Amino acid sequence: MRYTKDHEWVSLAGTIATVGITNHAQDALGDVVFVELPEAGRDVEEGEACSVVESVKAASDVYSPLTGRVVEANQAIVDEPGLVNQAAESSAWFFKIELADPAAFDALMDAAAYQAFLETL
Amino acid sequence: MTDEPLNLTPLDALHRELGGKMVPFAGYSMPVQYPAGILTEHLHCRAKAGLFDVSHMGQASLRGPGAAAALEALVPGDMIGLQPGRQKYTLLMTAEGTILDDLMVANLGEDHLFLVVNASRKHIDLPHIAAHLPKSVMLESHTDRALLALQGPEAVAVLSRFAPEVAAMPFMGFITTRLLGATCHISRSGYTGEDGYEISIPAEHATEIARALLAEPEVMPIGLGARDSLRLEAGLCLYGNDIDETTNPVEAALMWVMSKRRKTDWDFLGANKVRAMLEAGPPRKRVGIQPEGRAPARGHTEIRAPDGSHAGEITSGGFGPSCNAPVAMGYVRADLAAVGTALSLMVRGKPLPARVVALPFFPHRYVR
Repeated sequence: MRYTKDHEWVSLAGTIATVGITNHAQDALGDVVFVELPEAGRDVEEGEACSVVESVKAASDVYSPLTGRVVEANQAIVDEPGLVNQAAESSAWFFKIELADPAAFDALMDAAAYQAFLETL
Repeated sequence: MTDEPLNLTPLDALHRELGGKMVPFAGYSMPVQYPAGILTEHLHCRAKAGLFDVSHMGQASLRGPGAAAALEALVPGDMIGLQPGRQKYTLLMTAEGTILDDLMVANLGEDHLFLVVNASRKHIDLPHIAAHLPKSVMLESHTDRALLALQGPEAVAVLSRFAPEVAAMPFMGFITTRLLGATCHISRSGYTGEDGYEISIPAEHATEIARALLAEPEVMPIGLGARDSLRLEAGLCLYGNDIDETTNPVEAALMWVMSKRRKTDWDFLGANKVRAMLEAGPPRKRVGIQPEGRAPARGHTEIRAPDGSHAGEITSGGFGPSCNAPVAMGYVRADLAAVGTALSLMVRGKPLPARVVALPFFPHRYVR
């Protein structure tokens, strides 16, 4: 698992990266009531806003942590946004992307680096 | 933002003990939610009873011969006709006929009015009122009092255990009584659309009374997050969002605060401007707006007419937990204000379908 400063997590299987928001992010947002996901087939750049997650309190963009093409979006969290609060770092993933450069995954923060980053906030 | 330290309410330590997530609001450190979360808190308040700390709000007394007449010079509501033991919602006005603040006024009898004003406006309201008083009337700010709200269908059962006389109070009734030995002002009112009470308590007794109420099985502490979603579903204005110094009560759909006498005499600050808008018709109106999909439309979202022209702006919007849908209110051009009118909301650059609906979104359940 790798992490971004925008509080996304990424896991890699072959060339397919699965992206979600971290437990820290879901806790800060509070009860999630709406999720908007990218369409399969959309090309996304690293750092591009491509999803939206809204809680009762606020709306927040979710950025693509890496460059590639969206291959799947998780309809389950659109149908039941509260899953994001229950399972942010497992079944409530947001989307999967076929990476343009799988090696770029390694440049993201690992768990220890993300934890250290959280402690600076 | 300034670097001034935040004010703390008398319940600050209790909020932290309860796990409240503290945020700055109107110069105070306030709980936006507790561990249960906004959705649960909101739904619990509608199902049973919720306790809110609203001690950040301004409480003041206006005392002396002619107090009601003096206040009438600044508000459009009927203060002279307000009976002892009754409370009324009204508006402080600017000379431009716009809204300086909205407030509650209760009549304690013997030329004593009790005011509750918004936290974000008390530093403006109180000097404004003081500057317009005759010598016989004094304004006193009660910075030594806390304010709690107990709201929800079970609020009456809970509070009656401590003060049986509250059960017989009518909506907008007001009494002074003892709660656990402390002299409290209690009104049957609130900001959720539910039955309930607001309780003004000497600060040193606030934590003890809050703990006693929270110990009752029906009661859960509720933060500012659910307070906002509850009031939005109830169609109630939030000062600074839905009304401010640029809004006239006519366009804000708040002319119901005026009595027949006051609409005859037009003798309050800014009255000529209000009357002029009433006679000419408002250019825009505050309405309820129902987004048709699941996406919430937040404050400042642009509203467009079916032909794509600019129609107005959302002033409050979010998710309504009891409606299980997004809810909003805002101002639209007067020609688009009829219930049922189709609109588009520009959310993240895309037009989302919506329509004008009657307020409230969730029916009021005040005792009558």
